[in-house]
Amino acid sequence: MEVLFYIAATVTVLATLRVITHVHPVHALLYLVVALIALALIFYLLGAQFAAALEIIIYGGAIMVLFIFVVMLLGPLAAEQERTWLTPGAWLGPSILALVLLGEVGYLIAVGDHTALTVSEPRQKGISIALYGPYIIAVELASMLLLPGLIGAYHLGRRMSKESRSC
Amino acid sequence: MLSTPALVLAIVLFGLGLIGLLSRRNILYMLLSLEIMLNAAALAFIAGGARWGQVDGEIMFLFILTLAAAEVSVALGIVLQLSHRFRTVDADALCELRG
Amino acid sequence: MLKLLWLIPVLPLTGFLVLALCGRRLSRHQIAWVGCGSVGAAAMTTAFVAADFLGVFPDRESYHQTLWNWIDTSGMTVGVSWYLDALSLLMVVVITGVGFLIHLYSTEYMAHDDGYARFFAYMNLFVAAMLTLVLADNLLLLYLGWEGVGLCSYLLIGFWYREPEYGTAAQKAFIVTRIGDTALAIGLFILFTQFTSLSIQQVQSLAVEAWPVGSNLAMIVAVLFLIGAVGKSAQLPLQVWLPDAMAGPTPVSALIHAATMVTAGVYLIARMHHLFALAPMVQEVIAVLGLVTLLLAATSALVQHDIKRVLAYSTMSQIGYMFLALGVGAWSAALFHFLTHSCFKALLFLAAGSVIHSLHHEQDIFKMGGLRRHLPWTFWTFLIGAAAMSGVPLITSGFYSKDWILWSVWSSPISHRWIWFGAVFGALLTGLYSFRLIFQVFFGEVRTQPTGEPGLAMRGPLVVLAFLALTVGFLEMPHTLGNVTVFSHYLSHALPTTELLPGMDESSEAREQLAVTVAALLGIGLAALLFLPGSRPASRLADQSTDRPSMTFLQGGWGFDRLYDRLFVRPWFSLTRNPSDMLDRGYEWLAVCAESCHGWMSHTQTGQVRWYAATVAVGTLVLLGLFAM
Repeated sequence: MEVLFYIAATVTVLATLRVITHVHPVHALLYLVVALIALALIFYLLGAQFAAALEIIIYGGAIMVLFIFVVMLLGPLAAEQERTWLTPGAWLGPSILALVLLGEVGYLIAVGDHTALTVSEPRQKGISIALYGPYIIAVELASMLLLPGLIGAYHLGRRMSKESRSC
Repeated sequence: MLSTPALVLAIVLFGLGLIGLLSRRNILYMLLSLEIMLNAAALAFIAGGARWGQVDGEIMFLFILTLAAAEVSVALGIVLQLSHRFRTVDADALCELRG
Repeated sequence: MLKLLWLIPVLPLTGFLVLALCGRRLSRHQIAWVGCGSVGAAAMTTAFVAADFLGVFPDRESYHQTLWNWIDTSGMTVGVSWYLDALSLLMVVVITGVGFLIHLYSTEYMAHDDGYARFFAYMNLFVAAMLTLVLADNLLLLYLGWEGVGLCSYLLIGFWYREPEYGTAAQKAFIVTRIGDTALAIGLFILFTQFTSLSIQQVQSLAVEAWPVGSNLAMIVAVLFLIGAVGKSAQLPLQVWLPDAMAGPTPVSALIHAATMVTAGVYLIARMHHLFALAPMVQEVIAVLGLVTLLLAATSALVQHDIKRVLAYSTMSQIGYMFLALGVGAWSAALFHFLTHSCFKALLFLAAGSVIHSLHHEQDIFKMGGLRRHLPWTFWTFLIGAAAMSGVPLITSGFYSKDWILWSVWSSPISHRWIWFGAVFGALLTGLYSFRLIFQVFFGEVRTQPTGEPGLAMRGPLVVLAFLALTVGFLEMPHTLGNVTVFSHYLSHALPTTELLPGMDESSEAREQLAVTVAALLGIGLAALLFLPGSRPASRLADQSTDRPSMTFLQGGWGFDRLYDRLFVRPWFSLTRNPSDMLDRGYEWLAVCAESCHGWMSHTQTGQVRWYAATVAVGTLVLLGLFAM
């Protein structure tokens, strides 16, 4: 278990280093996704299965997709550039790191520490009860935060389209 | 237990994120660094929760996730606006508010 | 029906709210209905309440209604509660009744004004505030109404705010009355610290127990209340605002600066009569102030050119009579003069408004003349008003009220003979200036062609008020003439009866009355002699220019404006313009300091996000370090 943690931690740190040093946004994003997946594995190892799942679904999935959209919108999508982006070297690093993570998950399944893999029910119940019990105001605040986020994103996006039309 | 190395990892990630935030001039990279820092904070919470066997750590992670979602949606909108208006994503070039 | 008391102030307030919130969306017709209707409904409610009050309480005690607790802290409980007794009922009847007539009149007078909704909103607010003032059970609520009417007075004097002059007049009225209001507030504080209560009745009963007659505190509080009353009622030395207040529309002058608000001071003194009875010196001061004001205002009214300024000075003079009556302890007489005065002065203002209306807002009486033929309704009603004001014997209400006051002055143990002579001379002057106005405006040749008689909405109130100006006086007639005491009997439980010197019998009363009658008639005769067109003095007066120093002195109301300017305004301005002011230096240094600090700090404002992020990180580190230590 500890070995798995250290491997995953190494993957995370390496991927993060590449994120902040890479010059190409798409590559950096790929590394960030890898870092997030590695982090999800660490969450899992720490016993927070729910958090691990959310990390992959929302962070690695939704939020990163947003970033990719923006990167696409920012740069002109010339096929020429597309080709330079997809050099083997570009996806080699992330693939290796991802393979390491895959190996770890495979090892976990093979070793058969099933108690860690199965989502413990009382713990999820505890989260839900706490969310709608003592943390109810925080939940309300979070919803209040999301609403301005929604409106702000809508507003910023709309004004841009209007202005680009007028230009 | 893994909590102590996890906290060390959180510190390392946070430091890396801060370095990225301060050293990159491209706004997009700054946002990525911010995400890293947020994740480092989330990891610290999870580690704390695991150490004490409490659910509060995961709940704080949920809130960080919400915060990140709201922040990213607005921030990316701003990035798009900036690149359309000023034709640049260089944070240092956008310093109209210099006192 | 008495339970409906709370509705009386609430109805005009509702009217105000409706007009203020959605006045723009209403048509002129609807505005007139709301503005007029709310006051009319209040008048109807008043009629019901009055009928019930007089029927249910034949011995005329008081009725008390608490709506809710306004302020409730330890040691201080102030409720929004109304107190109805004979005195406040009289005020309410006049405010709602005369107020309704004036509102009705305004629907036509203001018909072509842009601020139609605004006008009625302010008027309704004024009526609500005035009703709060007179119905208040405690001094704080009274003060609320007191300030409310002051505010409305300010708003309505400056109603045509596009003229800078009118705005200045409004400010003058507000600031001058503010002096009185401040004194009143201080008096209120003293009463509260002494008795930890603000209820009018409670405070007075406690004061009577705690303070001996003539004690220092009673004197101080009475003087402070007097200053408040003097400011509101435009008496010496705070009288300077009233003539300028005529900048407002004429119905405003009729309602606020003649019939109701300026008599608030009279009401206050009558309401606090137990307190003033504890300070006999102050009462003498009231009498003397009243006398001086009435003579000052009467002489000033003689030489004014503006028809409304004549009436303004006459208002001041008539309120001087009321103060005189209060000063000699003739409380009921003062209130009776208030009643008759509010009828005939509202009538005079409205009739003057009708004249001004038909002459395209011409207010100079030397440009008027011969209107008798063209405006018969206005002429006859104006004549009745002027006759009532100058106290034409037997048939007018002004005679009975003024005679009562003068008889009280003559026979009161507090008074002096010379006060009586002064007041009778004032009666002569009243006749003189009232009929100067009549002869100048309605007789002689036509100088400005009028457009014709006003419509029904303006004529109706004139006729009703003229009827009242003639008949209200019959509520109280002296011993020598029928001996009707309806009014004094009505007020007998709210106000103490007037004391008379021993040995005052009917024959001396008759002699005194004769003197008053002769004075009034002499004044009218003198006016006919001097001002009736065709008489030689009249042509001579018309030829004379008015730049003689005595004339300017009288026209400016005995030069009080200039005096105050020299005494207060200019020294103050020279003080503030002093370049080597130490205080200014201090503030300047502060400003320089802030500016240099700003210049220094703004270097950190690089406009670069990364720099900000770094400072946040460093700051966090420093804070963490501090916590770790």
